[in-house]
This record gives sequence, C-alpha cells and structure tokens, in this order.
Amino acid sequence: MINHIDVSSMLRKSVCELYSNLVTRPTGAAVRCEIEQELDRIGDRALTVIDFSHVGLLDFSCADEIVAKLLLQYVSVDAPRREVYFVFRGISESHMDAIEAVLERHKLALVTQRADGESRLVGIVDVDERRAWEIISQLGAGVGADVADAAGISCEAADRTLDTLWRRRLVIRHDSGYVAVGSATAPAPSVRLDA
Amino acid sequence: MTTIINVPHSLEDKSFEQVLDQVAPLPLDEKIIVDTRHARWASPYGLTALLALAQSRAERPVLYVPEAENVSSYWSRMDFFKHAAELYDLQGRVRTAKAAETSVLLEVTSISKSDDVHIVVDKIQQRAQEALVKNLNLDAKVTMRFTMALSEVCQNIVEHAGRGGWVAVQTYTWRVRLGGRKVVVIAVCDPGIGFRQSLESAPGFQKRDRWDDGQALEETVMRGASRFRDPGRGQGLAGVRKFVGTWDGKLSIRSGTARIAVLPKGDWDEDEPLVEDLSYFPGAQVQITIPERVA
Repeated sequence: MINHIDVSSMLRKSVCELYSNLVTRPTGAAVRCEIEQELDRIGDRALTVIDFSHVGLLDFSCADEIVAKLLLQYVSVDAPRREVYFVFRGISESHMDAIEAVLERHKLALVTQRADGESRLVGIVDVDERRAWEIISQLGAGVGADVADAAGISCEAADRTLDTLWRRRLVIRHDSGYVAVGSATAPAPSVRLDA
Repeated sequence: MTTIINVPHSLEDKSFEQVLDQVAPLPLDEKIIVDTRHARWASPYGLTALLALAQSRAERPVLYVPEAENVSSYWSRMDFFKHAAELYDLQGRVRTAKAAETSVLLEVTSISKSDDVHIVVDKIQQRAQEALVKNLNLDAKVTMRFTMALSEVCQNIVEHAGRGGWVAVQTYTWRVRLGGRKVVVIAVCDPGIGFRQSLESAPGFQKRDRWDDGQALEETVMRGASRFRDPGRGQGLAGVRKFVGTWDGKLSIRSGTARIAVLPKGDWDEDEPLVEDLSYFPGAQVQITIPERVA
C-alpha cells in the first residue's frame, strides 16, 4: 500500500500553523518525529511518498534532520528499522541543493519523482548500483538475470547489486523479483506491498 | 573612569577594527562612551557590531547618537535605535525614520531562538526577490539560496553563541570598489562564545600544538568541523561557502582575534584569506557580500 505524507502539513502540525519554510534544526527534528509517528501507524512494510510540494525553503539543517536522519533509521545496509521505502516528491532545485549535500555527507541515496512520474536516483550510489536500478526501473520489475543480461555481468554480481539496492531501500523485493521504488509509485498501476 | 570610543565616519567591517582597537584593552567593567556623532554611514555589519559591542560590556555604555539628520534617520529606519535603547544610554537627538527605504531588506533584528530564524526567513523572502533579481540582475534561482544562507548564519547564533545576537540585510551601491556596482550584504553579529570556545566544548577535544582563533576558524569554515559528534553537523557553513562561490560573493567571519575570508573569484576584493592578531572581540561576526551581476 502506498502512503502519502505531506511534509508541509507535518510542519504546521508539529511546529507552527503559520510556518511554510523548513528551517532550523529543532524544526527539522520536530517534523521528522511527526513523520516517524505517521510511519509507526502504517505498519512494518510500507511504501511512502514524502511530499515537499508545499514547502517553501529547505535549509541544510532541516534537510539533515528530516531527510538524512529519516533515511538513516529506515535505510541501512546492516539493520534497517523496518521495511519502509521512500519516494520523495515535489523537490525543487533549491531543496535539491540541501538534500544532495546531506546525502553526500552521510553516503545515502534516495529516489525522487517528478510530477510526470519520472523517477531519479539521487545521492551516493556506485556505477553498478545505478545501472542495476535503471535497468529494473526501465523494465518495471525484474530479477537478477534481467540485470545480468542487460548489463553484461554475471548473475551472481547482479544478484549482489540488487540485494544491496534492496537493503538501501532503493528497490522493493517483491515475490521473487524486484521493483524499482519510483516505478511502484508512478501513475501506472501500483504495487501492493502487503499482497 | 570613563573612556570615549571614537567611531569612524564610515562604519563597516574593516573600520570597526578601529573601534575594537580602542575597546579591547579596557577592563570589561569600565564605562565607555561610544561616540557616533560624526558618523556619516554605517553598513549592516557596523550597526549589528555596535549592538554586540554593548552586549559584551559589563557596564552599560553610553552612545552619542549621530548628529547628521539623514544618518540618524536612517539608523532609525534600520531599527538600530530601538535595540540600542535597551543596551546603551542614548544621548543626543534620535531622528525618526523617514519614508520607507527600499534598500533595507531586513532591519536590525534580534536572534536568540529558533523562532527568530523563521521570522527572519519569512520576512526576507517577501523582499529579496525584487532586490536580488531586479536590482542586482541575479538569476531568479538566487532568492532561495540567499535565504538559505541567511538562515544558516542566523542559526549559528542559536546553536553555538550561547547568547543572542543580531542580523541585518541591506543593498547599497559601492562607490569606490566594484566601480559603483550594487551589492547585497548580510551581517550577523553576536558577542557569544565564538568559534574557538565552541570547538573546545566538543567531547574529547584535544588542543594541538598551535591552537588559536585562526585555527578554529579554518577548522570550522574550511573543513566543516563542529562541536557536535553528529556527522550531519557543520554543513550549514559549507553550504554558505558554496552559495557565495556560485555568485562571486565574499564570506568573512571574525571571531576572537582572527578573521577568515572566502574570497570572490573576481577581482573586486583584495582582502587576506586569514587575518590574525586582531584586537579581541568575543563571539562571531559574519558578513556575506553578493555583488550585482554585470554582463
């Protein structure tokens, strides 16, 4: 099931009804706590759209608190908190400045999605990870053999890369294959994770 | 004993050093009279630094206000006297502000808590677009980045200074430098603990062979060091540096006895990257200058 969290609403709910800018670290921490509470209600396996469309300004401190610290809890190669996947929408160019800086700092990556549904992998990913994600994204869904065929690498290497992408929550493990996180929230038919 | 501190006619970041040269040797509890009677002009840095100076004194100082009507009126327009009245005993005639001054993007504003930063950001967003895009010919993209930079430098006060400080933003035309080009200037001044003491409060901090205000500024501004262990800290000033570099601007930060500057690529400024052995002044004084874009 796909959930939608409007960050601007979280800001008004947690900090101040009048604010539309995500600035200062305490504000970022308060908004992240609100998002986490929302995620706690959703369950252990979820795909969530984090929507910045109505956010004016996002500064570095807030990007660190909201984006990086959220991802660090749910997207970890070692022991992620739960199986939660994120797609970030409504990201403006100036939001991206702050987001890219914090992703680089923490060596994280995420998927953004434009209004037309086009998805983009942003942050720190190596060449193999990016290629595998793009192949799965183009196919809509696939298995290691599909990536191996398209990239000209061994099935073992493709499986390893897809497993890393899954641990980083950039692809969803679904049945016996994988779905790219952005594809699952595109206007096209969506995926039910709890199926 | 009371000492009169003579304020130069033109009060900006460099000439404020003359004020500090007079104040630094004095005991904190010595009464001072800050004489601005002959001031003809003050930058946002000059005004915010004058307030920080009063905060740094144990004995409430006296301020002789500017005699020139247009100067006094302008300082009123910048809300300087509103705040100065709480920190100084004002002597002389304070003129009321005249018609709205369009060059003022943000009046002198107190910063001591996170909410103050929100207020500043909201206020500046309404005014920055026209000033930066129309008057300084900057790309429309600059407005958000400018506001981000402002937010980050204001947050330094809330997060690190340990006491309140001041911010002001203004556009003006540089008559000598830049061949009459316009600039927008952000000044943020506080009399708090400063960069060196902030870094020294980090858990497990160990002093090196050479450790002074200049080193602390280099560590923080150039290498993103922070007193917090959280690796996400220290990104704000890195972002400000990037912003300033993109728009051929200048960032200078004074703390304690040193001043560091991130200089423009263009040749409009001849400052030194690091100046040390200045007269001591507590806290941090930040100035960001973005020049008008010319074809």
